[in-house]
Amino acid sequence: MDKQLLSGTTAIGEAAIQAGCKFYFGYPITPQNALPEYMSGRLVEIPGGVFLQAESEVGAINMVMGASAVGERVMTSSSSPGISLKQEGISYMAGQELPAVIVNVSRGGPGLGSIYPAQSDYFQSTRGGGHGDYRTIVLAPASVQELADMTAAAFDLAEHYRTPVLVLADGVLAQMMEPVKISSRKRKKAASKEYELTGAKGRPSKAIHSFRMDPKDQEDHNWKLMRKYKRIEQREVSCETFLMDDAEMAVVAYGTAARIAKGALKRLRKEKLKVGLIRPKTLWPFPTELIKEISKRVNDFLVFEMSAGQMIEDVKLALEGKGTIHFYGRPGGVIPAPIELYRIISRHYYQAKRKQKK
Amino acid sequence: MKKVFERPEALHHAPFHYCPGCGHSIIHRLIAQVIDEKKLRDKTICSLGVGCAVVAYNYFDVDLIEAPHGRAAAVATGVKRARPKHIVFSYQGDGDLAAIGTAETFHAANRGEHFTAFFVNNAVYGMTGGQMAPTTLIGQKTTTSPFGRQHEIAGYPLKFSEVLAQLEGTSYIERVAVNSPAQVRKAKKAIEKAFKHQQKKTGFSMVEFLSPCPTNWRMGTIDSCKWIDDVMQKEYPLGVIKEKKC
Repeated sequence: MDKQLLSGTTAIGEAAIQAGCKFYFGYPITPQNALPEYMSGRLVEIPGGVFLQAESEVGAINMVMGASAVGERVMTSSSSPGISLKQEGISYMAGQELPAVIVNVSRGGPGLGSIYPAQSDYFQSTRGGGHGDYRTIVLAPASVQELADMTAAAFDLAEHYRTPVLVLADGVLAQMMEPVKISSRKRKKAASKEYELTGAKGRPSKAIHSFRMDPKDQEDHNWKLMRKYKRIEQREVSCETFLMDDAEMAVVAYGTAARIAKGALKRLRKEKLKVGLIRPKTLWPFPTELIKEISKRVNDFLVFEMSAGQMIEDVKLALEGKGTIHFYGRPGGVIPAPIELYRIISRHYYQAKRKQKK
Repeated sequence: MKKVFERPEALHHAPFHYCPGCGHSIIHRLIAQVIDEKKLRDKTICSLGVGCAVVAYNYFDVDLIEAPHGRAAAVATGVKRARPKHIVFSYQGDGDLAAIGTAETFHAANRGEHFTAFFVNNAVYGMTGGQMAPTTLIGQKTTTSPFGRQHEIAGYPLKFSEVLAQLEGTSYIERVAVNSPAQVRKAKKAIEKAFKHQQKKTGFSMVEFLSPCPTNWRMGTIDSCKWIDDVMQKEYPLGVIKEKKC
């Protein structure tokens, strides 16, 4: 397929369809409504495709659970307060080891917050979010093309590891238009489909459940999940580095914030300030090892987030007390301009230089 | 010798963990019998609620998914929409279906989802130790209504079957009891009918079972069965509440 000019939400929807998603369950919430709207029209063209507007986010995520349990590719999308409501179902699916793709077009919080782009759902996304010992894979796109690619990849990851996968976007990414190429992907037969409920024809019945009466059984199950999460941590980390070869200072940012940072970096480089960018494309698993490696030659890290500072904790953990860490963030849905970030970075850059001279 | 009764194939060979006199085991067995007789096991998927029957995956020998508390109707919706030719049923208690799961149940019914809900009403939260349920009768003592349910504080017993019967999407709703052999036989007929409505795709079907809970009612098993006749049925009359042509 040639490149098309698509909005972020359309790109997510079409990429999902091309990846074999036949089921969408959701509930309206700004700023992601264009996605369910697209799916409501598009899924009727797919044989067996179902779009259903649920009575709530709680209803929607549990419908996702039902369709996933019978082996279908299924997705839902929402925005921050709606994702909070879905956390119950996400925790259950993590426990039941059921795949699902959940798109969060996040907005400023807490509470109802603002509808404007923010990155304040980092903790919720990367720490599991709901109750219990579990993790979800979190993909962080920074362009419409990546929205499409990562949505498609999310289905493969979810099925391969039998776990819910989050795509964490925001209103900027979801609503802007960019040229994008969506390729249709052959659905890989999942590594193990033994969980799929089909009716117990000619075989013993199967039960998908997360409740275990015996705590030892539950412990065994939890360790099994942890071993899976370890495998994901070893294999699925993805991170872009930009202008890092000669960098004396590293900006760490993801998603929309990383794009703003690239704008600031252009100006900094024109003025010969050696600043580079580390852009995690997976927030969990986090590129801990990469940051640790870079910290051997770079001392100053500036974490830039459209929140009051959440990913900074993962950067601190990666640095293990080494280096100097700075932070700049704008929570609530305010979109900082590159020039604003440029000023902050250059100030820290020169202060670091002065410190070194002393 | 002629065999007149045996364990249904749709039940595992496992002893029930339910308390003596509990209605769950009877209701499990009735559902399993109907599944056997109608040869539905091969294409049945159960969406299981959370309550005393949360481990019913140890008993029902059919494909099954355990839903989060209250969400069985939404999970059943997802299953049935993805597998429209399968027989899908949810199995929930009164707290699960008519309190925390009100929205999911109500909207599944209103959409006319083609699955069957089995609704076990024993007027208490059994699994958690006998707290007040939406279905608890006025004056009934529970661990969270120690002086008896008072409507000024806790509202009125919820007749959810009657509520759902108002909806265009519902096709068949009947309230039965499992406190006597005669009622048990009627209950089985109701299960058959509900599955028939599901197969004919006439809309949402539900069977409400008045079910004894001697442990949490603080009664003997015989008194519990009598209480269903003498007290509970006054609030929750038995019979067909709604039946569309099918």
